[in-house]
Amino acid sequence: MIAASQSSQSAEHTPIRPARAAQRGFQPERLLVIDPLTYRFGDYRIAELPRLLGPGDVLVVNDAATLPASLQVDADLELRLVSTQPDATFRAVTFGAGDFRQPTELRSAPRALRLGERLQFRADLAATVVDIDATDSRLVRMRFETSGAAFLRALYAHAKPIQYSYSAEPLQLWDVQNRYASRPWAFELPSAGRTLTFEALFEIEKRGATLTHVTHAAGISSTGSEQLDARLPLGERYEISDAAAEALGRARADDGRLIAVGTSVVRALEGRADSDGVVRSGRGETNLRLSSSYQPRVVNGLLTGLHEPGTSHFALLEAFAPRQLLLRAVEHAAKTGYLQHEFGDSCLILAGALLDRLVA
Amino acid sequence: MDLTRKSALVTGASRGLGRALAEQLAAAGARVVLVARSEAELTRVVEAIRSKGSEAHALVADVSRKADVYPIAGAAAELVGPLDLLIHNASSLGPTPLRLLLDTECEDLSSVLETNVIGPFRLSRAVAGSMALRKTGTILHISSDASVNAYERWGAYSVSKAARDHLSRLWAAELAERGVRVLSVDPGEMDTQMHQQAMPDADPQSLTRPEQVASRIIQLLCDSSVPSGSRVEAQSWRTA
Repeated sequence: MIAASQSSQSAEHTPIRPARAAQRGFQPERLLVIDPLTYRFGDYRIAELPRLLGPGDVLVVNDAATLPASLQVDADLELRLVSTQPDATFRAVTFGAGDFRQPTELRSAPRALRLGERLQFRADLAATVVDIDATDSRLVRMRFETSGAAFLRALYAHAKPIQYSYSAEPLQLWDVQNRYASRPWAFELPSAGRTLTFEALFEIEKRGATLTHVTHAAGISSTGSEQLDARLPLGERYEISDAAAEALGRARADDGRLIAVGTSVVRALEGRADSDGVVRSGRGETNLRLSSSYQPRVVNGLLTGLHEPGTSHFALLEAFAPRQLLLRAVEHAAKTGYLQHEFGDSCLILAGALLDRLVA
Repeated sequence: MDLTRKSALVTGASRGLGRALAEQLAAAGARVVLVARSEAELTRVVEAIRSKGSEAHALVADVSRKADVYPIAGAAAELVGPLDLLIHNASSLGPTPLRLLLDTECEDLSSVLETNVIGPFRLSRAVAGSMALRKTGTILHISSDASVNAYERWGAYSVSKAARDHLSRLWAAELAERGVRVLSVDPGEMDTQMHQQAMPDADPQSLTRPEQVASRIIQLLCDSSVPSGSRVEAQSWRTA
């Protein structure tokens, strides 16, 4: 365990080494625990997560499976699905020529789509552009011509998972699913859950903590346009099950800590919570944006991946810990070889996690 | 288990036992996803179920292909909700007429194992995690008496069914405390296309109709007194 005050520098930081992503069989194991209460951080293993939690605590995962959300129209035009609308249309962002090895910001500008334009992806998959965003023409809404099993079959056959430029090789659908995934609501992998093994999840429950889930339609993380990225996340739908609402109610009554696995879970729970911090079961959509100025009402801790300062993901961690503490922890992570990004190591931000009596 | 509004997935559902199971699950009120490779056959079955006012969806896919697993699991959960019931019915005999082990190509054994063991493992892996999280669900493996008896010429199929039975017991052991029930059922000899391919000289009159076996399996699913990890012979099993 390291007291943050021992760290030498503050603002200047070493960038975190990119994760060795998507190498088959690679299972990240490290867990950086950051405790804003004691202002300390320490090196752990994911396998040790169960002993950092205890009776009364509730761990909430996002059980959304990941859809293949990248649809190629032709060599010069790719669409990435962002959200499903209540009227069964999809929001999508267009990308120009280029492939997954190019960071999205270096891709060429896509041609502009016309309202009413018909996009033929393959013989059994076509859509019509039904809306073009007033401020950014790359953001469109489209309606597919089929639905149900026929639509899903064609989508799964044509579309690929959204790719990351740091991947050594293209990601397959199998690579972007959490072990407990169910309905394919997510457009990118809710990656915080990827390091959770059932070995760890079962152990967490054996030690008296509760495991529950929400389903949250995590949207895309990057569009390559600063202007468009500034609007992310766009509205995302979620569902809170009766079992989850009950578990959250019990934790609230017993002063148990509520730990979200991933920022998508934070958005679902905080977006759903009423002013008294009660989370009811049901479906909804949230536009909640996390930042240093956001004060969580129901979520006490966050299990997430590691991202560099300056990224949008880093900024939303500031809702859970002071910036200076995060900077020092992240600098330590960089120096000691933690792996970052969607397929890298994990970090737990939880007040009191490193109190001596708990981790002795 | 009350089947009303339960979400179910049946593989190999275009004919024989799989078809009968899907039809009867749907008739009992379940929302059923049917998986098979043949689009024409599968569509006919699904349309017949729908014409009776029940819910059914056709997913054309090959359970032996790893690339088809998440498309099956994802589409099924989207269509009928997180799965309550998964039935591994699809099976391959390998080349027919059936052959002695000494005449069996290595590739043929691999491909039978891919369909009958590895495919079901992959699909369960994509579905059972959600069941374990929700602490509910049933996984049923369709077995065969060839899994316990060493019949000459049934080598590849026999080995795969023995492995499938043990896979069923292993899932049951690991999910015992997670509210997920895992069973294996030997349906016995039935009058199906598969049986005809394996034993073309058998008298169809001497064989049980798949519909009769399906109805016993449905009773078994609804009878909570049969413990997880069991291997049950459908034709000799009686409700208590």
